[in-house]
Amino acid sequence: MIGVNEKSSPTPPEGGVLEAPKKTLFQENWGLFKRNRLALAGLMIFLIFFIIALTGRILTYGRNPYFNPALVRLQEKLRPPLSMPNLETLKPEEVPRFGVYLFGTDDLGRDVFSRMLQGAWVSLTVGFVAVGIAVVIGVFLGGIAGYYGSSRVRTGHLLAFVLLGWGVIDLLTVVVTILRGQGGINIFLGRIAVDIFMVLIGAGIATLLIRMGYSKGRRPIPTGLSVLFLKLFSVDVLITGLIDIMLCFPSFFLILTVVALLERSIFNIMAVIGLTSWMGAARFIRAEFLSLREQDFVTAATALGVPNWRIIFRHMVPNAMAPVLVSATIGIATAILTEAGLSFLGFGVPPPDATWGNILSNGKNFLFDAPWLTFVPGFAVLIVVLAFNLFGEGLRDVLNPKLRER
Amino acid sequence: MASSPLKRSSPTLPGNRPLLSVRNLKVFFHSDGVVSRAVDGVSYEVKEGETVCLVGESGCGKTVSALAILGLVPQPPGEIPGGKILFKGKNLLDLDEETLQEIRGKEISMIFQEPMTSLNPVFTIGDQIEEAIITHEALNKDEARRRAIELLIDVGIPSPEERSKDYPHNLSGGQRQRVMIAMALACKPDLVIADEPTTALDVTIQDQILHLFKELKEKRQMALLYITHNLGVVAEIADRIHVMYAGIFAEIGNVEQIFRDPCHPYTMGLLASLPSRSRKGDPLYSIPGAVPDPAYKPQGCPFHPRCPYVQESCKAEFPEMCDFGNGHFARCPITYKEKKGK
Repeated sequence: MIGVNEKSSPTPPEGGVLEAPKKTLFQENWGLFKRNRLALAGLMIFLIFFIIALTGRILTYGRNPYFNPALVRLQEKLRPPLSMPNLETLKPEEVPRFGVYLFGTDDLGRDVFSRMLQGAWVSLTVGFVAVGIAVVIGVFLGGIAGYYGSSRVRTGHLLAFVLLGWGVIDLLTVVVTILRGQGGINIFLGRIAVDIFMVLIGAGIATLLIRMGYSKGRRPIPTGLSVLFLKLFSVDVLITGLIDIMLCFPSFFLILTVVALLERSIFNIMAVIGLTSWMGAARFIRAEFLSLREQDFVTAATALGVPNWRIIFRHMVPNAMAPVLVSATIGIATAILTEAGLSFLGFGVPPPDATWGNILSNGKNFLFDAPWLTFVPGFAVLIVVLAFNLFGEGLRDVLNPKLRER
Repeated sequence: MASSPLKRSSPTLPGNRPLLSVRNLKVFFHSDGVVSRAVDGVSYEVKEGETVCLVGESGCGKTVSALAILGLVPQPPGEIPGGKILFKGKNLLDLDEETLQEIRGKEISMIFQEPMTSLNPVFTIGDQIEEAIITHEALNKDEARRRAIELLIDVGIPSPEERSKDYPHNLSGGQRQRVMIAMALACKPDLVIADEPTTALDVTIQDQILHLFKELKEKRQMALLYITHNLGVVAEIADRIHVMYAGIFAEIGNVEQIFRDPCHPYTMGLLASLPSRSRKGDPLYSIPGAVPDPAYKPQGCPFHPRCPYVQESCKAEFPEMCDFGNGHFARCPITYKEKKGK
């Protein structure tokens, strides 16, 4: 009976083996996705935006870019879109490319088209980096909550976390201060010693807890240290609590506060948007993990001796990513909006660099004299955000089998 | 398959060292302050190259006792309050998680009941077999791929090169179970635990898989701990049979002893409820009642509420294992008195 092909039991036509036409998962999903016209349009716009942002970055970057977004021509200010430059008053290098102001000029005579190109790159990177940070944090915390949720946090864990965290962060601050030349090493010797002491104790407690954990509690707890082994609450309570607390803050105002305190730079904005928007991804991953953990293939992988981290990241995360992918796509739209909003309020990227938000903000002073200054960036934001949302919803319909049958 | 259970006599392999020795294993589950005694003190041995079967109804603790060997009983709510699981002389219950991970898949591996859900849907089967190999052996991607294809040939998958690029949903149930077997055999384990591997398959495929097990076992000299509720399967492959009831062993013996001379009323009931040609037309016998809730087992012999030969002493005393000779044991003093008293 060995080697009998179970598939070929009915007589195969013309000697070939009966087989269903093979389709990869991607082909199957793409077939479904294509049917949704709006989502397809969203994807197209998304791709076009991607290309524009990339080329825009290349064409506006450097000291002497192809399109110069920072070139001031005061005599040519507030020209409407598609107007010709006055060649008599301009030096040859100040003449815009193609000899036309495609989107007009602003109050300093800068070419709005070039500025929009530059801003597209900012929007793109903010969207992707911020969402990237959010997804990484979300997957990590959500994964821990879902997989290790029932484990208990002990007093020692908290103590080790506080000691290690405080020590390392304080050490880093000291090092940065010294490197910046804001103080000699002598002033900080005491502080460094205390920090190292804290880190060592923290690491000691952590090692102790890990070693006790592996022995399944069979080893007796050392006397005098039992206070470190008090069970406080479960990991799940800790992380869902953190999620709920983060959701309590009105995030835009949290971002405003943080950005007001930090240096105004594009990286800070990305980081802050990312750090305040991971909760959705974390919840999705946690929920998926709670059900995936009970799946047979996870038990089977464990029975094959696959290590836990590999089970989490190779077996469970890819199975749990579908809802996260959808929320990430829509999250990119939100991040672009948030950045535009921050720039509009003047908390965003500092002035010489253009973003859609600060072009818009600048334009509102000339709303009636030069409506294109608000219309062009506003419309761009609208289109891109709409495209991402439509694409995200199309993706959700494809990845969620319950919504397929419509 | 149940047609000729008695033709095969069990080959006794004298001098074989015990590979796995489970001693008085107990696995309890706690829920809402109630303790379910899923496995309540079982002892058995699996020798090198031997096939040992655990037979019993659903919920009698078969699967849990197998999961305990690999340390896969979730704790909590599970608890292993007593017993030893000696594998090659080491007590698996004392090992830490890292050491256990090295044993899982490499020295002991497990095949699960549901081939439909035991493979990860997002990876090709080739990748999954390779993972099983790479987890334990320092091979590069190409070598692992070659090994994976050899394994697929071994388990009888046609055109293995192509199939290894398939996703689980491209395969039929029988083929998936073959893939699971390939994964379990990937690192040439000494012991394979098969937890009802044919239950989810239809009968013709069941037969093919059973033959595959037999062939592979002979070829690779591995021991097999086979868990099933199907007595037909047991008759086909077992060297020794352990009939399990409510977390304890009711009867232990080889195929001949269990099928020809059952000594525990539970085993007798099980055999009587097999469809048979000689009783054609009669309604099928079934043991009255149901398996007791592991949290509320009856006093005395756990089988006494369903036993046709019940006596007063059964309700009070927990029965001892009685030796019927030649490695045949049953936990029933009543039949022992009857058979040996003469």
